Amino acid sequence: MSNANLSVEMDSSAAVNVFQDAVFIEELRTQMLKFAKLQVRDNQLAEAAVQEAMFSAYQNIDRFARQAAFKTWVFSILKNKIIDLLRKEKRHTAASQLEEGPNLSGEALIEHLFEENGHWQKDERPKKWDQPEHGVENEHFWRIFDACLDALPAKYGRLFMMREFLEMDTPEICHNEDVSVSSLNVTLYRARLRLRECLEDHWFQKEKS
Amino acid sequence: MIKCKQATQMLSEKLDRTLSAKEKINLAMHTAICTPCRQFGKQMETIRELSKSYTKAKKPDEK
Ligand SMILES: [Zn+2]
Repeated sequence: MSNANLSVEMDSSAAVNVFQDAVFIEELRTQMLKFAKLQVRDNQLAEAAVQEAMFSAYQNIDRFARQAAFKTWVFSILKNKIIDLLRKEKRHTAASQLEEGPNLSGEALIEHLFEENGHWQKDERPKKWDQPEHGVENEHFWRIFDACLDALPAKYGRLFMMREFLEMDTPEICHNEDVSVSSLNVTLYRARLRLRECLEDHWFQKEKS
Repeated sequence: MIKCKQATQMLSEKLDRTLSAKEKINLAMHTAICTPCRQFGKQMETIRELSKSYTKAKKPDEK
């Protein structure tokens, strides 16, 4: 996309400024790529999805004037592209075929967190999290969040991101990934248990100490 | 009476499906007396909100 093309028929629209702001677009692209790569492990496919999402946004740019709205919108286009890719990828990497991964994840984590009688181990009881909203502003927080996502076993990460990032519903995930509803729910539970622990250990508690 | 192990699972599943009336009662009774599980429930919601705002996170230089 050259600047010459950009200015042809839309010069009066405030929305065009979004694409003319090279710094904004570059940052957005980087962020989108990071998001896509988390979910689509094939880097080339992830880059293609980002490219296509940007292009669709460009083609329909006259609908958008504000940068903030633009960002949400372009990400929603990207999400749909990623969902398409994951559907195509299904045969190769359905979650049912992925490893749960080593270390404390499934039963082992649950045994570690809870006493035999089913109550929390004393040291593992969830602590109060102070003002997560404050954390959201913080770039360092998102680095921790990424690291915690990355640390999830592949199967947990894939299903968690389908649910929470791509906002796919249960029947769709189960169909796509060949998992039962109860197995999906258990996997999401374990993913959240792990993510919760990771965030508490590396962010919420650390801040206090 | 359910234990923390079941309570935490319900607190997660609550985000994915509608709990049955019986589950809701059991869970409410448990969280009424169990602070850690109450925290856990709030944190499950925080994690959902954080995931939603993931794509909206701003860089510090971008006001
Ligand atoms: Zn409890």
